[in-house]
Amino acid sequence: MDIHEYQAKEILARFGVPVPRGGLAYSPEQAGYRARELGGNAWVVKAQIHSGGRGAAGGVKLCRSPDEVHAFAATLFGKQLVTKQTDAAGKGVYRVWVEYASDIAQELYLGFVLDRKSERIMIVASAHGGMEIEDLAESDPDSLRRMTIDPAVGLTEFQARELAFALGLKGGQIAQMVTTLRACYRAYRDLDAVMVEINPLVITGSGDLVALDAKMSFDTNAMFRQPSIAELRDRSQEDPRESTAGDHGLSYVGLDGDIGCIINGAGLAMATMDMIKLAGGEPANFLDIGGGASPERVVRAFRTVLTDSKVSVVLVNIFAGINRCDWVAQGVVQAYQEVGLTIPVIVRLAGTNVEEGKAIINNSGLPLISADTLAEAAAAAVSARNASVANKAA
Amino acid sequence: MAILITEKTRVIVQGMSGRIGSFHAADMIRYGTNVVGGVTPGKGGESHLDRPLFNTVREAVEATGAEASLVFVPPPFAADAIMEAADAGIRTAVCVTDGIPSQDMMRLKRFLKRYPAERKLRLIGPNCAGIISPGKGFMGIMPPHIYMAGRVGIVGRSGTLGYEAASQMQALGIGVSTSVGIGGDPVNGSSFRDILELFEADPETDAVMMIGEIGGPQEAEAAAYARDHMRKPVVAYIAGLSAPKGRKMGHAGAIVSAFGESAQEKVEILAAAGITVAPNPSAMGETMAMVLSQRKVA
Repeated sequence: MDIHEYQAKEILARFGVPVPRGGLAYSPEQAGYRARELGGNAWVVKAQIHSGGRGAAGGVKLCRSPDEVHAFAATLFGKQLVTKQTDAAGKGVYRVWVEYASDIAQELYLGFVLDRKSERIMIVASAHGGMEIEDLAESDPDSLRRMTIDPAVGLTEFQARELAFALGLKGGQIAQMVTTLRACYRAYRDLDAVMVEINPLVITGSGDLVALDAKMSFDTNAMFRQPSIAELRDRSQEDPRESTAGDHGLSYVGLDGDIGCIINGAGLAMATMDMIKLAGGEPANFLDIGGGASPERVVRAFRTVLTDSKVSVVLVNIFAGINRCDWVAQGVVQAYQEVGLTIPVIVRLAGTNVEEGKAIINNSGLPLISADTLAEAAAAAVSARNASVANKAA
Repeated sequence: MAILITEKTRVIVQGMSGRIGSFHAADMIRYGTNVVGGVTPGKGGESHLDRPLFNTVREAVEATGAEASLVFVPPPFAADAIMEAADAGIRTAVCVTDGIPSQDMMRLKRFLKRYPAERKLRLIGPNCAGIISPGKGFMGIMPPHIYMAGRVGIVGRSGTLGYEAASQMQALGIGVSTSVGIGGDPVNGSSFRDILELFEADPETDAVMMIGEIGGPQEAEAAAYARDHMRKPVVAYIAGLSAPKGRKMGHAGAIVSAFGESAQEKVEILAAAGITVAPNPSAMGETMAMVLSQRKVA
């Protein structure tokens, strides 16, 4: 789960990370007011969306007067900001952060991630920050310093000091860096984060460290014990289809193709999508109905898949373990009737109660296409899709 | 002999009296699994499914000599339950639970290192379908009838894709020695490599079907192990050729975030290590059949 930059800065500041002074605005007027309230003669105005690459997309600007802050903020509110990390629809801007402009002498990179190889929290840092870590890893890999943290003792002072020296910091900056690193680690650990990134962490003209940007992502599995973080969820930044599906126990990811997929199990879902692709089609989505799916959940899966108007055929592929083929079959029949389906539906059932399930499909009197194997199902879906495209063209 | 579970393995179920634990424990007992008891704190002294219940894993181990535990405990308490099993001397724990916080898993993995090798717990999962040695016993949630007994080991992240592989092999008359689901989480108990090591040492396994997916470094590590240390052939399939970068595909761990984590890159790494990669998920069975027949000729 992602949160906004200003929220990450507030959290990190509480743990002891130095951040610039700033204020949040929900309107252009409020943005101008925030600038006056902060004082000074230069402010950075930043669109708050759940995506990186905001600067290049026109979502960040250095302004020299409160009127300019107001005017720039007015161009942001309500806009769909498209960055290289978002899809073509972009993300809506409903909040703007106005910050006292910092005087930048040097930009560093600092990230905390879960390293799957060591199964520990890993710090990644570089004396050359400001660009995306992927680009940095490509253009300047030797500048990256990595360090893993033993969960039994946490980040030690000496490790933090070593890293500060390795980044070329001097004098009072060493103590500031140690404080910043330990604060980030504690925030990561105490709040069940999966990622903390400060990019750039800057050295100001006066030689002090300040977190100019901040990003935090959290473990959705841990939200049961992090109510204050769970509260920060901003649904305006999510794909509405994915979040609605999630509310109903379905795992859904929208894709670019036109063959809708309803499958149980993430691995089988990915394999089915691969099979569709190899058969010459393109999947419209990833959808895992999960275990023990009721007929109602199957109907909900159909509704979710059909919210995508590109979908020209639906492929249901179930290998039931804790699921039951008869329940899934009932759900398919129910969906056909309730949703008023007009497009072809291919159903492949295997595993628990497969005979009962197939009987329901075959005796339904509905034009459902049955398949016995994964390969048959994918081929049938692609040929039904091609036939429907040819029909439309004719 | 199979690996991890045989008809003799004494199994307890943590969370046996719960609705889901109860359902699957009954299925395991029907199949012939040697389930010797259950653990539900507060229900010690009662019995369930004709098996004694205990308050703690330690009591269960002392009373029954249990060696293995199936953990059906909700996510907030699952890591603690596994640590309890490790401390009580359980040698194999299988955790089905989906949704354990990743930091709980990190601390749990660190905790398991406290014990010397001869009494260390081996964790399978979490977020997995479990393990089955066909005809002998199983711990998990799989439909046992789709597994035919035989001499090919299966190891995979995904439960249902593992079923798919077992049924394709069964259709071609190829049976399974043991099938192991290692689960779809980013931090998990046993890696592909760990399970390959067990299969390589098992006299009743002739070949291994390995089913990976996008995300994480474990398939590449397994490829290096197979190349350098295995005499038995490995057939692999990697799911997610059509998955976009940076998007999480259902499993918490199924996300391409670094070099070498996409399906295409993993396929190349596996092939370079001499592993036969099935060209598509429908061809897992026939690819194994082909490798086995070449083996016989040679």
